[in-house]
Parts: sequence; C-alpha cells; structure tokens
Amino acid sequence: MAENENTLNPTPNLDQLETGPWPSFITGYKDYFKRTGKTMVRGVLDQLNYSYETKMGYWKGGVVGVHGYGAGIISRYSMIPELFPEAKECHTMRIQPAPGLHYTSKHLREICDIWEKYGSGMISMHGQTGNLQLQGIVQDNVQECFDDLNKLGWDLGGAGATVRTGASCIGPARCEMACYDTLEAHHRVLTYFTDLVHRPQLPYKAKFKFSGCPNDCCNSIQRSDYSVIGTWRDDIQVDEAEVKNYLDDVGVAYFVNNVQMRCPTNAITLNEDQASITIDNSSCVRCMHCINVMTKALSPGKDKGITLLVGGKGHLKVGNMLGSVMVPFMKLETDEDYDAFTDLIDEMIDYWAENGLDHERIGETIERVGMQQFLDAVGLDAIPDMVKQPRDNPFFKADYEAAG
Amino acid sequence: MAKREYQTVESGPKHHGEMLHPVIKKNYGQWKYHERPRPGVLKHVAESGDAIYTVRAGTHRQVTVDIVRFLCDIADKYCEGHLRWTVRNNVEFVTDKEANVEPMIKELEAAGHPVGGTGNSVSSLAHTQGWLHCDIPATDASGVVKSLMDELFHDFTHEEMPNRVRMSTSCCEINCGGQADIAIVVQHTRPPRINHEILKNICEMPSTVARCPVAAIRPTTVNGQPSLMVVEEKCIVCGACFGACPAMEINHPDYSKLAIWVGGKNANARTKPSNMKLVAHGLPNNPPRWPEVAEVVKKILAAYKEGGRDWERVGEWIDRIGWKAFFEQTGLPFDKFMIDNYRHARSSFNQSTHIRF
Repeated sequence: MAENENTLNPTPNLDQLETGPWPSFITGYKDYFKRTGKTMVRGVLDQLNYSYETKMGYWKGGVVGVHGYGAGIISRYSMIPELFPEAKECHTMRIQPAPGLHYTSKHLREICDIWEKYGSGMISMHGQTGNLQLQGIVQDNVQECFDDLNKLGWDLGGAGATVRTGASCIGPARCEMACYDTLEAHHRVLTYFTDLVHRPQLPYKAKFKFSGCPNDCCNSIQRSDYSVIGTWRDDIQVDEAEVKNYLDDVGVAYFVNNVQMRCPTNAITLNEDQASITIDNSSCVRCMHCINVMTKALSPGKDKGITLLVGGKGHLKVGNMLGSVMVPFMKLETDEDYDAFTDLIDEMIDYWAENGLDHERIGETIERVGMQQFLDAVGLDAIPDMVKQPRDNPFFKADYEAAG
Repeated sequence: MAKREYQTVESGPKHHGEMLHPVIKKNYGQWKYHERPRPGVLKHVAESGDAIYTVRAGTHRQVTVDIVRFLCDIADKYCEGHLRWTVRNNVEFVTDKEANVEPMIKELEAAGHPVGGTGNSVSSLAHTQGWLHCDIPATDASGVVKSLMDELFHDFTHEEMPNRVRMSTSCCEINCGGQADIAIVVQHTRPPRINHEILKNICEMPSTVARCPVAAIRPTTVNGQPSLMVVEEKCIVCGACFGACPAMEINHPDYSKLAIWVGGKNANARTKPSNMKLVAHGLPNNPPRWPEVAEVVKKILAAYKEGGRDWERVGEWIDRIGWKAFFEQTGLPFDKFMIDNYRHARSSFNQSTHIRF
C-alpha cells in the first residue's frame, strides 16, 4: 500500500456499523483517513475488521514510556504485523484531563494539533478511568509528543501499579447538589499524589473518584479505591413556599407515593395542612431522593463535607467490592482539611504498600487482613457507621485487655 | 537519543479554572435548582438569578481530531468556546443564551450527534476498548455500543423510562465497563488453552499462579520445560491469568459468550448502592451487530418501562416485583447457573418465607 494513498482496504464487517442513527466511529475513522491518509488508521481498521471476522483480538502489550516516568503510555503492538504492518505499533497516551472533564475549544484544538502531528489522530473521549486517551502513536514519536503536550500543562495519567487518573462529577461548577468542591479536591489530591501516578511502586492500581453528593454521578463507590462522596450533617434546607408550590403542582397523592413513601427511613411527614412537610433529620440517611425530586424546595444542609469510603473495585480478582465507610464525615474546605485528608490516605496507602500482595487492591487487602487490623494500622477508631450491623458470627476473640 | 533540552514538569491534572464558562465561574457553588426543559437539555438557575442551558449530545466515544474540532466549532459558535464530557461519553455544551439552544440542537443533530441522554432516558453506554485497542478482549466494545444505541435511539432522545437507565458493556470478564442497570459482560466458558511453547518466555510464572482467585494454576513440566497447568475442576474461567500471561489464551471465537447482568446502581438515592445480578448467559458473540444481545436488552427495557413505577431504577423495580416476576415478565429463563456458588453465596439465598404467588 503506497504511503498516504487515500484508499481504504475493504472492511465488509465494519461497513455494517455505518448504518443506523447513532454516530458511527467507523465512519469517523474513514472520513479522517480520507482527509489525512494516516496509514495507522487504515491499519487499525483492517485489523479490527479481521477481529470481526475471526472473533479474536490481536493486540499485545509491551513497555513504552517517556523520560523519567514509568507509566502513562499503554503500549500496543499487533500480534499479526505481517498481516497489518500499518498498525504494527499503536500505543495510547493517557492524558489527565481537567477535573470534571471541562475543556475550552482552545485547549482541545491545541491537543488535536499536537496529536495530528505526532500520532494517529484517533482519540477516546474518555477511557473508563477518565483519561483522555490519545490512541495510536509509534514509540519514536512518544517523547516529542509528550513534551509538546507537557509544555502546555498536560501531564500523563497512571497505568499499572500506580495511583490512577482521578475522576470527578461536574460538582459546584453546575450542580446545586454538590456538597464540596469536587473539582478542587480532585485537582489537589491528584497533584499531591503525582509521584505515585507516574512511577509504579504499589501492589496494584489505586483510584480516586470525587462525587459531590450521594447520587455519586462519577460512580466512585463501585469504581474507586478511595471514594469521596459529598454529604452534610445538619438539616436539609427547606424552602416552605416551594414545598407548597410543589404540592400544588403534583398533588398530594403524587407527593405521598413518590416522595414520602420512597424515603428509605420514613423521615418525611406531610403536615395536616397538606401544604407543608416536616423532616425528621435525625432519621434522614441523606440518600438524596427527596432533594432530587423537589429540586426547588429542598437542598442539602449547610454544614457540608465528605464521606470517605475505601476499597471499591471491579471484578479482578475476588469479585466486585463496593467501597465501605472509613470516615463518615470530614470537612474538605481549608488547607488544613486537605492536609488531614491526604495524611489519612498516606497512612492507608503505606499500609497497603507494605502488606498488600502483588496485584491486590486495597479492598482485597482489607478483606484478607481484616478490618480490625486495618483500622489499628491507620489509626482510626471503630464506629458503628462502618458496618451495616455488628458481627452475627459468635466465634470471635477479643484482646485480653478488652476481654478483661 | 539526543540530549533532551526540555525538562518535564510533573504538572498533574490540568486545572479546571481556565476551562469553565464565565457564567459557571461567576456562579460556582451558587446554583439553586435545575429543570429539564426537554430531553437533552438542562436549565440550571443560580442564586444570582443567572440561568444556563446545557445541551447534551451523544458521541462515538472513539473519535478523531476532526470530530473533536467539529465539537469545538459548536462550542465556539454557541458557548464562548466551552464544552465538557460526561462519564458516559456524551458531550455537553453550556450557554447562558436560551436563543442558542435550538440552533445548537439542530446543528448537532444535522451532524449526526443525537441530543438526549438526560433524565429518564437510556444514556449512552459506558464501555471498554474491545478489539479496537485492548490486549485481552473477547469481543468488541465500541461496535457493541454503536449497534445497541442504534436500537435504543428513541430511548436516548426521549425520557420515557421510570427512571434513568445506565448501561455498560465490557469486552472481558474483568468488566472495566462497570456496574450498571443493565451490564453486558463477556463470559468465558472454557478454561485457558495453554501455549507451552511460549509460556516460559513471556510469562512470570509465580505472579500468574498468584493471579488465580481459586488456586487452580499449578507449576508443571511439559516436554522437559517448566510451564503451568490448570486444574479444570477448580477453574472458574475468569480469565484473570490471561492478563498476566498471554500464553494462557482464554478467548475463543466460539466459546467466548456474552452475559447480561441487571440491577447495578451506584447512587445512594432511595436504596443503597448495589451490584449487578446475572439474568442471561451463553449469548453468542455475534459481530457486527450482536442481535441476540440487543434482543435480551430490549426485553428487559420493555418490561421495566411497562412495570416500573416513577423513580424506580431497574434494580428497585425488581426488588419490588421479585425475581420470579422479573423472569416471567421478561420471558428470560432462570437456571441453576444463576444461583451463586462463589464466596458468600449463602447471603444471596432466600432465607425467609417471603414468596410471591
């Protein structure tokens, strides 16, 4: 195939993905190839078509990096370069986006120009961890491409046994429910752990995700080792006039069936006047439902902070784990608050780095050594918020001092 | 390598401050409430009285610089050059000018970006890399999403479900796509096929042994060379070893299947966060359109749309009607493989007389 020849090879399997109303990435790739003649794009399409034909994948990893870092480039070599030499090398650069995945067109255009100069021009917006993934570059171009991006203030994200790129919901930028500054927290915490992002030195991956409220829009509890979820500890704010307006709009039956009865702890009472409500805040578990439904009438309280849940992760290797509560409430506003937060995480990461087995996430380490030992190690006291219930297994052994 | 003149700055994540729309900056943390004027559009009102409109549109997720530049053109024309992405790979444009909303929608839709994904819609699928770029995939991901979203297009552009529906798809059992109301995950069905010729050269054997969650991998000698073996009775075909050792090929063109899981939810709203549960398995891995998967997904969505009450997520609807009714209403068969036999399985058994007849 001649260099820069603007002709694609037949891809009968992929062509079938060009029909239908949803945007087709195949058409996107083809259009881009036709404009630029980037041979790697054609090679990727050819290999992907072959995968569709044979129902097998043909990429393998390796080691590709930039000066001084041990992570951030996902290397991909074709297993069948003799068939698809144009896609022989096709590495991904993971770039840490700004918190909340906010961009300006100016910044994105700069990235696009650099990426078209050095790479394939293919991008994943975004990877499941939140990286801006520039897909398709050869090793010889990696350093220069990174240098140009880094000069504009962009940095690589994590890969392998590192702290990974963080994720955050839109937070106070556009959401009335945000109970802390998710974007600022994301930026500060990931900047603090930058060394651990770039240089693999942990048992396995460690992820932070920052959600502004218990709706957990960035899916932190299932997808991050350190799940930081906004909450409040005083009373739900009630706008009495808007409550009345809401009741007038939807009627009492809808309110009872969809707000009052859906409260998980029966904390809401409709008053006799049928135009106002009483909330038993001591029963409220801050689930967000009533606030989600009555956006004008109800808001989170004023004394806001975070709940820290630790140990969430996906399948590998012992199955799904949700993060569990380590700190029910802490403020995250001042420099001192942030120091207290990162000090605590430092303790946890240190313990895990010392005691975790190879390829073990912190949730698995905690499960293996036991929560009691973990709490002792990181200096947290046991509190009822950490459990759904006390143990119901009668076989246990207390310390001699505690047993008396 | 030539001497490097440039010294890397370990800058960490780019700061968001320079990315935010001026009206967002002005009202940062001061938002009062929001409304949804139409599917795909949000209106947020600040304490100051300022209002902003968000237009949310679907994307290919696997895009090119040309597609990104087009979206930048839209942002320049209507949003003072600001845009953002969501965790489900939708793109969002924020403007304080209501008059910009309709023309922006028209322009996005004309370019093939459907506007929707808000409220009680089926938003785009979270997904993995698949055959396009992953090193351990048994199926594709972007192709599955394209195929499914073609089928669910109406549900993306309309808010007709009882509550929001979040979906994901994953190209191997490690499930990077994640938990969701409906999750499509590869199901390996055979133990790995071991390539003893290359194993000792490309795999670190102790870490491969350690990777197995059920201790099914053992050292052995094959043709006088050190290698590994798998105790088939113990193996749970998770594929974890393949990630550490590509000589243990878990993927198979015929025996890698797809399974459907439901009821995953990360929000704390009403009910606590929950993991997904298995409701269909052994579906063929059938590119380029995976029709058998789409059929099951559509059955589940149709039953949920029909029977779910306001605000119930898929898992909450099932909790109310019970699993027996779920299988009846969706027409999906229940079989013994849906009974957990892994760690803590007993906690998933019905330890009560709570039974619906």
